[in-house]
Amino acid sequence: MHKGKRLFVSLIAAGVLLFPTLASAKKLNVVTATTDMAALAQEVGGDRINVEAIAKGYQDPHFVEAKPSFLLKLRQADLLIVVGLQLEIGWLPPLITQSGNPRVQVGAAGYLDASQFAEILEIPQGVVTRAMGDVHPLGNPHYWLDPDNGRRVAKGIAGKLGEIDPADSAYFQERFQDFDKRLTAAEQKWDAEMAPYRGRKVVTYHNSFTNFARHFHLDVIGYVEPRPGIPPTPSHTIELIGLMKRENCRLVLVEPYFDLKTPNSIGSATGAKVLVYLPSVGGEKQVTNYFELFDYDIDLIKKGFQ
Amino acid sequence: MKTGMVGVFIAVFCIPVWGQQTNAPDLAAQNAALEQKVRDLEDRLIALEGKVRMLQSTPPAPAQPAAESQPAAAPPAEPAAAQAQPQVPVPPAETSPVQGQSQVTSTGGNLPNYGGASSAAKALNPDVSVIGDFIGAAGNTNTPPLATLQPFPSLQMHESEIGLQAIIDPYARGDFFMSFGEEGVNLEEGYITFTALPGGFVAKVGKMRSAFGKVNMMHNHVLPWVDRPLVSTNLVGGEDGIDDAGFSVERILPAPKGIFLEATGQVFRGDSADVFTAANRSDVSTVAHLRGYKDLTESTNLDLGLSYARGHNDAMLLNGSTGDFVTQLYGADATLRWKPLRRSIYHSFVGRTELIWSQRQQFPVEQRAFGFYTSADYQFGRRWFGGGRFDYSDRSRFDNLTDKGAAATLTYWPSEFSQLRGEYRFTHYAENRDSHEFLMQLIFSLGAHGAHPF
Repeated sequence: MHKGKRLFVSLIAAGVLLFPTLASAKKLNVVTATTDMAALAQEVGGDRINVEAIAKGYQDPHFVEAKPSFLLKLRQADLLIVVGLQLEIGWLPPLITQSGNPRVQVGAAGYLDASQFAEILEIPQGVVTRAMGDVHPLGNPHYWLDPDNGRRVAKGIAGKLGEIDPADSAYFQERFQDFDKRLTAAEQKWDAEMAPYRGRKVVTYHNSFTNFARHFHLDVIGYVEPRPGIPPTPSHTIELIGLMKRENCRLVLVEPYFDLKTPNSIGSATGAKVLVYLPSVGGEKQVTNYFELFDYDIDLIKKGFQ
Repeated sequence: MKTGMVGVFIAVFCIPVWGQQTNAPDLAAQNAALEQKVRDLEDRLIALEGKVRMLQSTPPAPAQPAAESQPAAAPPAEPAAAQAQPQVPVPPAETSPVQGQSQVTSTGGNLPNYGGASSAAKALNPDVSVIGDFIGAAGNTNTPPLATLQPFPSLQMHESEIGLQAIIDPYARGDFFMSFGEEGVNLEEGYITFTALPGGFVAKVGKMRSAFGKVNMMHNHVLPWVDRPLVSTNLVGGEDGIDDAGFSVERILPAPKGIFLEATGQVFRGDSADVFTAANRSDVSTVAHLRGYKDLTESTNLDLGLSYARGHNDAMLLNGSTGDFVTQLYGADATLRWKPLRRSIYHSFVGRTELIWSQRQQFPVEQRAFGFYTSADYQFGRRWFGGGRFDYSDRSRFDNLTDKGAAATLTYWPSEFSQLRGEYRFTHYAENRDSHEFLMQLIFSLGAHGAHPF
């Protein structure tokens, strides 16, 4: 009896001690459409979330295959963060529908369109048609390449995580404040590094560089694609070469998922350097977080201009 | 009034000057504070713009159907729900709202009044798309009378598929695909999908292509060929296929080591092309499908499926016999896909095979037919695809008659929204007749056509 009592008390004590541990061990499962949203979610979610991205950082986010293996991630998700502005329209909707997870359906509490927090550029005015190519009628979706937008999105994610997990709300806000400080310091460094190249002209393959260029005061004078999503044509390439020569443009930036054949021929015709820049975290193995993305790209662009 | 404004103006400009005079040493700190303030204001403005964007694409809380005792102009539902979830977006139509959209007005007084004068109401219109499918054919069509495969005419606007797709409410979405052929209209699919069911179930109710194998589920415009394989035509109803009214339930099953396992069960009325015919209400058909999928590497994956279908056939009606005549179909499919992620828009490969066994009860003896196809498609440029297919199939009503064939395709994509395809098709019919045909297809897409499942 005495032994039994002791065992009982020990069990209760163990329970009391373990319960908070178990309770806090429950992490939110966050799935994001792209690695950049995952990186920002990780910054503010810390060790209270498990985060996984669907698209890889070196993959064209417009053309991701809606593989069933992604459904295994989505069905467990407490929160789905999408870039929005129709970037994922070609592959994400059927995944959401098939997931069998009511929490992440469009409009549910666990669905977050991060574009609502960001400053969106190039929102088309007037009539939008596909004669303009694969244009995004709601604006340019590559907004995360402006660190100020990264801060805004991180703040929005911290707020959403706090809504889903109110017990850890203060923790998420604290993480955001810390991220904000680190980002501000990093931004000062990046701004100083890019200051000598203010106003320099560049050409990119796809129109994914607008937010970066605006933040760091670069001038994108043209694109290798004649229209967004339309492969290069000889006539457009000749026009672009002429434009680059006239404008003395010395740098062509290519996203890692595009073929380098046309950019290289433009480079050899104009003497411009052709560099593969990273539009997303994870584009190269060593780029594992939001800060390293800008470190990598700024380093690359500096070398390109030197 | 003018004097007052000037006073305010002077005051506004003098206060900072006076402040500077009094705190001259701390100019840098003041500048920093001002800059911070401007940044904060900018952030608030951007947040507001984001909210406006979301609100423009957000359906308002549905108006409660007015009860008979309520006045006709009942106030709109509480906006609290919208406030609680301000980020609720709905995929908007990719094109501008249709001008002159007619309003749907309640006639009985009990239904909500859709549409309206505000442009925000048009954001609730479903995504509208049209896909045109034009086919031209040349070559001899030495088709024997009993063959299931019907030749294409020389020039044909084969199909115009209209898609209407939208989220219905927080619990479901709706998809309609209407196929306008040269002779009439057919509801190819029209169903509601319940996405918020408990237990991870997803249910569909309506008319839909059944989950028997791979090709049966595909719309014409997503096929890798102009035509459908012989086995599909001979045993599973060809282009129309097993496409019937009923309901479907699917669920992902637990499986080890990253394997995706999904089971689907479907019950239909039992009328599908020439495969199933329901003479009575009890003659429903059933379809079951089990799908296993595994990523072998990040670029390569394997997709396996087993299918079963059962339903009554038309043998009783044809022969005037009595009794139940049932057709059972068994299917196995395998798909190997390769797409390197860094160059996914330039290169890909899909190898696929489907094997189908048919057991058709009919007078005087049950017919046991077998057929299969094997195909391979390779994308060798951003716009170019080449492929081949081998066909072999008995006929479901005459299992001693076997047709064989082969096809080669070349596809060019001017853009994501149009496609030109040429196909050479050779068919050796069981009656020992050969046909050599050249098919040409042009597919073009208008509007926002939702992505199809993988």
